Amino acid sequence: MNLIKFLDEFTTDKLQEPNTSRRAMFGQLGSLTKKAAIAAVPFGLATMSNKAMAQSSSSVVDVLNLALTLEYLEDEFYAMALDSGVLSGNAKAEAIYMQISKHESQHVDFLTAAIEGSGATPVAKPTFDFTVGGAFDPFNDNGAGQATAYAQLLALAQAFEDTGVRAYKGQAGNLMGNPGVLTAALQIHSVEARHASEVRRLRGLEGWITGNQRGAGMPEATQAVYDGATTEANIMQGGLDVTSLGSGSPFTVDASTQAYDEILTGDEAVAIASLFIVS
Amino acid sequence: MKKKKSIEVTTQTVGRNRRNFLKVSGLAIAGSGLLLASCSDDDDNGNMLGGTFDLGTGDVGVLNYAYALEQLEAAFYTNVVNGSFYASASADEKAILLDLYNHEVNHREFFKAAIGANVPMEQQLTADLEFDFSSVDFGDRDSVLTTARILEDTGVSAYNGAGQYIQTAAYLTLAGKIVSVEARHAAAIRTIINGSADYTAFAGDDIIDDNGLDLAASPADVISAAGGFFVTPFTYKKPQA
Repeated sequence: MNLIKFLDEFTTDKLQEPNTSRRAMFGQLGSLTKKAAIAAVPFGLATMSNKAMAQSSSSVVDVLNLALTLEYLEDEFYAMALDSGVLSGNAKAEAIYMQISKHESQHVDFLTAAIEGSGATPVAKPTFDFTVGGAFDPFNDNGAGQATAYAQLLALAQAFEDTGVRAYKGQAGNLMGNPGVLTAALQIHSVEARHASEVRRLRGLEGWITGNQRGAGMPEATQAVYDGATTEANIMQGGLDVTSLGSGSPFTVDASTQAYDEILTGDEAVAIASLFIVS
Repeated sequence: MKKKKSIEVTTQTVGRNRRNFLKVSGLAIAGSGLLLASCSDDDDNGNMLGGTFDLGTGDVGVLNYAYALEQLEAAFYTNVVNGSFYASASADEKAILLDLYNHEVNHREFFKAAIGANVPMEQQLTADLEFDFSSVDFGDRDSVLTTARILEDTGVSAYNGAGQYIQTAAYLTLAGKIVSVEARHAAAIRTIINGSADYTAFAGDDIIDDNGLDLAASPADVISAAGGFFVTPFTYKKPQA
C-alpha cells in the first residue's frame, strides 16, 4: 500500500465507515490478535469476550498502519543515528540509542506481522528526510559539527518519542473491542513513554512534560508535538479541573499537567510525521 | 460456561503476603504466570482469610482498581517525602521523588472525584485504604528506590492489562494519559537505581520482551502481588449482577 494513499485515507475519516467485509476480516484479525497477545500477555486473555467488538477490522488495520509508519520513522532514525558516528565516545547516549533502536525495530516487525497476519497489507516504508530539507543536520552529514549534530539528534529523538506516546494514546479508543490489539498497542505505548522519559533526562530535562513546554533546546518546529487540539497544558480530566482537587504541590498547574499525558489525533500525528517524509 | 469476567480479588489477612511482596512482584515483572496459583480470578467467591472484596465489573471495577493502586502509590511517596527522603538522597533524586509524590497524589484525588461522581455510593471503594509499609526501610536508598521501581512497573503492567476491560472510550483515554506517566516514572527510577552500571535499565530486557512490548498483567495478579501492602479490607459490597 502506498504511504501517501494510506495517509490520505487515514485523514479522511475512513475510520468510522462501515465495511462490508467486516465480519470476514474480523475473523482473521481476531484469531491473529489472540495468538499474538497470548505470547505477550500471560494472563487473562483466554477468557476474553469478543462481544464488545464495535470497530471494523479495516479501521483497526488503519490504526496499525499509522503506528507502523511512526515506527518506521523511529526505527530508521535510530539506525541512522547509530551509524552516523555522532554518538561515538558517548557510552551512555550510545547505549540508550541502541536499546531504543532495538525496540523500534521490534515494533516494526511486530506490527508488520500483525497486519499481514490479519490478511491486510502493511503500508510501505516511506523515504525519510531527517534534515527536513536541510533545516537540521542530526547525522553531521552537512558540516554542522559534532556538537550541533548531537544536540539535534537528541532533540529529534525527544520529539519522536513524545509524539509516539501521544499518538498511540490517541488511537486507543479505536481499538476498543479488539482486546488483543488494544493490549499490544498499550504495551508499545508505555515503552515509548519509557523511551521519552529517558531521552528527555539525557537532554537534562525532567522525564515528564510540564505544560505544553517543549523544553530547553528544542527547536520551535517541534512545538506541534506539545500542542494540538488538546495541548499538553490541559488540566481538565474527565470533566474535572484537576488543579481544584486539593491544595499544595500536587495540585499546582505544573504538577497537574505533568501527571497526565495528552493525546494527539491521527491527523495531528500524521502531520508531525509528514514533516520527515519525502515520499 | 463462560466465566464472568470481573475484577474480583480475594484479599488475605495482613502479614502473610507482605513479606513476599517484593519477591512475588519480582516474579510478576519477569512475566511469570505463577502468581495465579495464589489468587486467580477463578475465585469468584473464594473466602480466603479476611474475606473478599469485589472491585466490581466493567468501568466501575477498573476505576476502583486504579483508585486502589493510586492510593497505594500516593501513600508510599507520602511516606518518602514526609520522612525527609532517605539520608543519602541527592538533589536530583529528591526532585524526582517529590514529582512522583505530586503526580500520584493528583491521580489518587482524580480517581476519588471521578468515582464519587460516576459510581453508585455502595460500589465506591473507600477513600481511606490503610497500608502497611513495615517491609520498607524508608531511611534506606535501596529499599525506597526498589519499592518505587516495583510500584511503578506494576502500575504500568496494571493499566496495560486492564485497558481491555474498560467499556467507555473516555475512561480508556484517561487510563492512557496516566499509564504513560507511570512509565515515565518507572524509567526515571530505574535509571537512578542503575546509574552507569546499566544504561539500558530504563526499558531493560528484564521487562521489555522480544517484541518490544512492555508488561501487562491481569488485575488478579497485580493485586495479589501488591496485596501485602493493603491493610484495610476493601469494604464495599459486590454489585448486583
